[in-house]
Amino acid sequence: MSASPPRVVVIGASAGAVQALMAILPPLPHDYRLPILVVVHVPPDRDNVLAPLLEAKCRLTVKEAEDKEPIAGGVVYLAPPDYHLLVETNGALALSADAPVNFSRPSIDILFESAADVFSDGLVGVVLTGANQDGAAGLRAVAKAGGAAIVENPASAQASAMPQAALAATPTAAVMSLDAIASYLLSLGTER
Amino acid sequence: MPEDIVDLEIQLLLEALYQRYHYDFRHYARASLKRRLTQARDQLGFPTLSALQDRLLHDAAFLPRLLDYLTVQVSEMFRDPSYFRALRENVVPHLRTYPSLKVWVAGCSNGEELYSMAILFREEGLYDRTLFYATDINPEALAAAEAGVYPLDRVRKFTQNHQQSGGRSSLSDYYTADYGRAAFDKSLRERVVFSDHSLVTDAVFGEMHLISCRNVMIYFDRPLQDRAIGLFHDSLARKGFLGLGSKESLRFSAHAEAFAAFRPSEKIYQRRDL
Repeated sequence: MSASPPRVVVIGASAGAVQALMAILPPLPHDYRLPILVVVHVPPDRDNVLAPLLEAKCRLTVKEAEDKEPIAGGVVYLAPPDYHLLVETNGALALSADAPVNFSRPSIDILFESAADVFSDGLVGVVLTGANQDGAAGLRAVAKAGGAAIVENPASAQASAMPQAALAATPTAAVMSLDAIASYLLSLGTER
Repeated sequence: MPEDIVDLEIQLLLEALYQRYHYDFRHYARASLKRRLTQARDQLGFPTLSALQDRLLHDAAFLPRLLDYLTVQVSEMFRDPSYFRALRENVVPHLRTYPSLKVWVAGCSNGEELYSMAILFREEGLYDRTLFYATDINPEALAAAEAGVYPLDRVRKFTQNHQQSGGRSSLSDYYTADYGRAAFDKSLRERVVFSDHSLVTDAVFGEMHLISCRNVMIYFDRPLQDRAIGLFHDSLARKGFLGLGSKESLRFSAHAEAFAAFRPSEKIYQRRDL
């Protein structure tokens, strides 16, 4: 799908996110090569309960992203509630308290667009279940930069609006079931 | 347009902004800055950032419009109520031991944090012995902070935050509502100095007992963060307090050793003196 070997995976999910992530992250082995950056829409006031929840089921390290933290392979970074997560030009993570985008902070578009800018065709973008439009513009930016665009099959997604919007914005995106996404990600980060 | 040309345009624009107006954004974290600049370009109707730069160089009246994109933060009063609760419960007892106090709200934007602090100090009976400094690089934001007028629809959230912060009074005691706006009481700014100050280029201006600078330094790159934290260190009295945003940390800073984590969960640090 992409010209150079993938270096980073970005994932966006909203309504139904926990179940979807539980389907694709736990199968990944502890020596997985790629970093995975994740935006999940969560209410702003809530402490991040998602990281410990996923960590308990995953063999990878799952943590909340910190400002200016260098990105490491085999780690799942979650955007903190009420902050946007971005990738800096030097490949480190950055947070912002800028206004919500698509009524969301964190916003999937902001992560995907900044990551596409830095990793271009080395990026894999995955839009999962959700009931809004966030991620559509972001996935388009991923595809435009030469990265791989993947959308959870709207027919089987818990909430179809978000994958549908992403697909409308990027008709060339690969449509996959959660199982297929899980095997695809596994093949990316374990091949030599 | 290829992204690397946009990146080059940004670099040139930042240089122009610095050379012409002495606003230095060259060490701001690039990802957010790029987003804000391309947003300014699109919303202000320029085909390219180079065209925007042309306007900026030749029309000084255009500067404030660009600064709004680059600096203004929409915040809330008592944002992260647990931070203000920790100030109230853990920091205030230390501050009470001083006959006079100086507090610096650095990067005050439109003033939400400053008024939160002033109200908290009034509730704790410390207001009359405190001098507050509210600084920002954006003159229009400073003017808005000095005016202290906010849309009434935002005040509900302010009120909720204030209560959760352990507020001892009703927020409505401090403002009058009219025409959909809440105007905060001028007695709250009797002891406030509003001033233009840059964490990038300016120096120490007083000895502070508490500095609150939240979600300002996340927009800086690492070397600039270090400069600002060094400036805070030099601006603090012995055992003075520094409050950061909930996702900020001194852990990666060159000055990490110069501070003790006073309330780590709320990102409140204390100057360490040997």
